[in-house]
Amino acid sequence: MEFSFLLYKIILALVVFGISLFVAMYSTYAERKVAAFLQDRLGPNRAGPFGILQPLADGVKMFMKEEIIPTVSNKFLFILGPSLAMLTACMTGAVIPWGKSLIINGTSYPLQIADVNIGVLYLFGVVSIGVYGIMIGGWASNNKYALLGALRASSQMISYEIAMGMAVIALIMTTGTLSVAEISAQQSTGLWNVCYQPLGFLIFLICAFAETNRTPFDLPECETELVGGYHTEYSSMKLGFYLFAEYINMFISSAIIATMYFGGYNFPGQQALMDAGVGHNAIVLLGVAALFIKIVFFIFFYMWIRWTIPRFRYDQLMNLGWKILIPLSILNIVVTGFVLYLKGVI
Amino acid sequence: MVIASKNPIHSVLYLIITFFAIAGHYIMLNAQFLAAVHIIVYAGAIMVLFLFVIMLLNMNEETEPHKSTLLKFAGTIAGGLLLLVLVASFKNINLTSISGNDFARADIGLVKNLGQVLFKQFLLPFEVSSILFLAAIVGVVVLAKKEAQ
Repeated sequence: MEFSFLLYKIILALVVFGISLFVAMYSTYAERKVAAFLQDRLGPNRAGPFGILQPLADGVKMFMKEEIIPTVSNKFLFILGPSLAMLTACMTGAVIPWGKSLIINGTSYPLQIADVNIGVLYLFGVVSIGVYGIMIGGWASNNKYALLGALRASSQMISYEIAMGMAVIALIMTTGTLSVAEISAQQSTGLWNVCYQPLGFLIFLICAFAETNRTPFDLPECETELVGGYHTEYSSMKLGFYLFAEYINMFISSAIIATMYFGGYNFPGQQALMDAGVGHNAIVLLGVAALFIKIVFFIFFYMWIRWTIPRFRYDQLMNLGWKILIPLSILNIVVTGFVLYLKGVI
Repeated sequence: MVIASKNPIHSVLYLIITFFAIAGHYIMLNAQFLAAVHIIVYAGAIMVLFLFVIMLLNMNEETEPHKSTLLKFAGTIAGGLLLLVLVASFKNINLTSISGNDFARADIGLVKNLGQVLFKQFLLPFEVSSILFLAAIVGVVVLAKKEAQ
């Protein structure tokens, strides 16, 4: 616990923070490009070559816009809302193992900020706090539409959190640990968890869509019914924070899916590479690259779904959550327990 | 602050902060699991429902029912008596029987140890409380069904 250790952790935290912001920034660009591709358009192509400076231009626009705080709203809570959304979005990155330890001059540097032994629970804790950002913001706006959006968001997130938790319980039963680092380390040999938990993965994926408020579950910001949803009254960078938090959530949840179900930083053939005498650090860096390829694929998957499937109706959403996903996840737990019992693990 | 603020939404928000403080105490007692579950269940689920209901009812200072002086008086006395009972029960605690070492062990609050204790030593109370939960769930379903008709 000396100074260099602390310094290393601070640098790592800043790097993870920076990467998540960077990925979120370019997700906005990628989203528009993917949308354009799926709709047979060109997409943004004015700012810089292929329009890659578009996110910067958007950011400047957001900062330059006039900031309006409604006089009747509670000013403190009005500012707290987007701050909370942003904070919880950034907090989850702390327990994700981005790679194995790098070994430099005999010292090992783990590429994970905090290896908490209850990492999965930490993730759920942070996700459940994330609702407050939307709820407080929606309420403090003192606007009927914003309030409706906030209520929708919170009920939706609570409902899907249950199914999500149950899907993860089955995963924890097979892996036998709550630590995220341990879960991804176990997948270095043998099959990835998605092969053992296909149903659990599907439930988790659907719930992740609902938790991040992405289409087809983006009812909290359903423009046709609610003007703009919970952020109707927000302008300038506070609105930017809400939208940005959504993209960070998307990035982080892609990272979680990749880590828990798709082997994390492990990639096929890494054992063969190690036997062939490739250095440890090179393999670790390849692993980080593999994780990011998986993450980018899942972000693309999010966008693909968004521009393919229309939005659900609210009762359909609740029926799906309570009457299909939760019974399915309970069934998944029971089946998992039965199989584990037959295999003699418990 | 929870009970002093006039606006029910502010009360709920202060209560959430209180829950975070309690979770912090759990962590300092090396009970990380308990702290995480506390955040998930109380701050994450129950308080959201509280906030949800209060937002739906849209309560504020004007709609708050006025309580009579007699009721306030009775409340004060009842609260004072509860405080007295609590103080009396704390007074008889033998502090020397709890050694500091019990809490100093870093692994005391890990899921593994907690599970061992819960499913071996305290299996019966655990099962009884789960039956209690089951009964509560059945009760909720029955109540909700009745209202629908």
